[in-house]
Amino acid sequence: MAAIPPAVRARGIIKTFGEVLALDHVDLFVTGGQVHGLVGPNGAGKTTLLGLLLGLTVADGGRLEILGAPVGRTLAVPDGVAGFVDGPGLYPSLTARQNLTALASLRESAVDASEALEQVGLTDVADDRVRGFSLGMRQRLGLAAALLTRPRLLVLDEPANGLDPAGKRHVHRVISGLAADGTAVVLSSHRMDDLAALCSEVTILATGRAVFSGPVSKLAAESGDLDYRLVTTDPDAAREHAAQTPGLRLVPGKNTDVVVHGSTSSLDELIARLVTAGVALRELGPVVPPLEAAFLRLTETDSS
Amino acid sequence: MTATVAEPRPAGPAPLRNGYRFELVKLLSQWRIRLLLLVCWLGPAAFVAVVSLQSSLPTDTVFGRWMNATGWAGSLVVLDFACTWALPLLTSLVAGDVFAVEDRLGTWRHLLVAVRSPRRIFVAKSLASLTVILLLVIGLTASGIAGGLAAAGNGQLVGLDGSIIAPGDAASTVLLAWACALAPTLAFAAVGLLGSIVLGRSPMGLLMPALLALVLQLAQLLPLPAAVRLALPSEGFLAWRGLFTAPVQTGPLLVGLAVSLAWAVVATALAYRLFLRRDFTDLNYDGSARNILSGVLPLTALTVLAYGVIVVATPATGSGIEQAKVQDSLATAFAHLYRLQTRELGRPDVTEAQLQAAASCDKGGSRVADEGPGNDWRCVVSWHLPGATALGNAIYQLDITSDGRFIADGDGPKEVNGYFQVRTPIGDAPNPLWQFDVNIDLLTRTVKG
Repeated sequence: MAAIPPAVRARGIIKTFGEVLALDHVDLFVTGGQVHGLVGPNGAGKTTLLGLLLGLTVADGGRLEILGAPVGRTLAVPDGVAGFVDGPGLYPSLTARQNLTALASLRESAVDASEALEQVGLTDVADDRVRGFSLGMRQRLGLAAALLTRPRLLVLDEPANGLDPAGKRHVHRVISGLAADGTAVVLSSHRMDDLAALCSEVTILATGRAVFSGPVSKLAAESGDLDYRLVTTDPDAAREHAAQTPGLRLVPGKNTDVVVHGSTSSLDELIARLVTAGVALRELGPVVPPLEAAFLRLTETDSS
Repeated sequence: MTATVAEPRPAGPAPLRNGYRFELVKLLSQWRIRLLLLVCWLGPAAFVAVVSLQSSLPTDTVFGRWMNATGWAGSLVVLDFACTWALPLLTSLVAGDVFAVEDRLGTWRHLLVAVRSPRRIFVAKSLASLTVILLLVIGLTASGIAGGLAAAGNGQLVGLDGSIIAPGDAASTVLLAWACALAPTLAFAAVGLLGSIVLGRSPMGLLMPALLALVLQLAQLLPLPAAVRLALPSEGFLAWRGLFTAPVQTGPLLVGLAVSLAWAVVATALAYRLFLRRDFTDLNYDGSARNILSGVLPLTALTVLAYGVIVVATPATGSGIEQAKVQDSLATAFAHLYRLQTRELGRPDVTEAQLQAAASCDKGGSRVADEGPGNDWRCVVSWHLPGATALGNAIYQLDITSDGRFIADGDGPKEVNGYFQVRTPIGDAPNPLWQFDVNIDLLTRTVKG
């Protein structure tokens, strides 16, 4: 018996495909019960890193431990790891239940197909062929397949892809529930709002390197000065006051909108000036959300 | 307090039995496979039953002319057709797609995560496709026999040397013939597996066994030396005919089985090696020219090796169709069928020894060598009539194909072999000496002198 190890401990992971350096000394640390987001532009190395965690490929360098077990040069990850990359991989000629039952019998699963289908809200279509499923339904079925083995590390590539708002809420609820029960979840997404809603920590990859890894709240702080859009009762007066506010500069925008760039403290001062001048403020918000702005700033800096 | 958990262990591969079951479920869920099963289990019965009741029979196919005389002939007509097209096509549709389907669906990663052993995936897929192919072949066998027996009954079968095979022996020989056809089927299935792995999502992978069958069919039409012909994996699809002669033509049969099994083993080993080396992370995998070469070259080398072994270890020379063999085969078949005709006509029985039948054959006149395939063979068969001093004579035109089969077409006299019917005490009946099929053993050596 040993102390609970982290779900993933990766140090200096290197992975190359021919001449291409897909992962360049990447570190990743994920504990049990944590939902960890992986984000990055296309070709950043997200899928490669997820593939390493699922045992689909092996690293060329660095040290990788999954659920406390070192992963060597062979395609062998410990029991307790499940998930999917590049889509859930289902057989269209089988029904949802048949897909899961076949998989369950393959791995002698702890969870039966009906229970997994219920968890992801697909009980009503359990006996329909997957051929007719929408992308969102396939994603949910893929998640159900991953749940069959009661994983301690769940690896998901774009799990919310193709989901409608209700489906997304359902999947978020399932993932949060698993994390609450101690399962570590590593998921990739292009949508920062998904990551913000689900993840406690996030790692940003750009051209194979981890350019940020830490709590989501800390990532927001990385965003720096943002563009803010203001909708007021008197746009001309608002522009005049913005021009006079130290630390703010006007950004060209739509006629009725006022867009300014600057820090939050300068924005606070502009709001105070508008209130004093009797200009009513109807809407105020960042043009690009802070997390997305941080992502763009970090990845663009790295690319340049 | 320190929380503790059990030490994690590397995930073992899924049990092979479970993987095999999974692959079988996937195969049997495909509408294409279900349709094939339906066709193989019902089609031959319907075909044989309908054709056996017609007056016009498929005489171009071996045993076709006996379809309304015995139910066993129907199954052999199905076997002959299956060996030409159906079995290579079935292996294409099952084994040729069993790996490629995962490329098309993009499910390799999913499968690898679930099974955790490319080796077991290969074995499970191969066994599952083999199982389905066996189900299809069993269907063809059972259906053809059932249709034949229902329509034409359990009668005696005339062999490919004119000998009469009792219904019990016919049953076991027909089943043995189908079993022999399994060896080349395995070879083509292995080529299907190889194509499916080498060519990934490309439809060319699916067509490999059918394409190979087509190429070999064309090769079989050419006047190739017997040793080359026997070194090809398609020989196994013809060699079962040797079971229907007395004695059994074991040489081509054993060579055909050995070559087919060697192809099955080599193609499977190549497929296995290439499968373990492929990159499963490439979703657009469509094979490569290098992989195609690494599949084609060893099989070509195997054919050359088989040719060398046959040349050294067997008496195969030239086309294997020589004048003496043709004469012997024709005389033997004539003697057997003369006895059958004698019985039909209600005359006193004679034996082959009493008949002392002999044939004299010539191919294409004096300017052409009396050997090799062709439809320009002309023979005169003579025999002794018991109690008479005069010799009986009958003329035959032979059409000999390069695989050693020939059709002897009677050219008179009318009372013996010149008319398709004979008048028996119970009415007109088919004349067994009018036209008949014979199979020459391409491997036996003629003793001249």
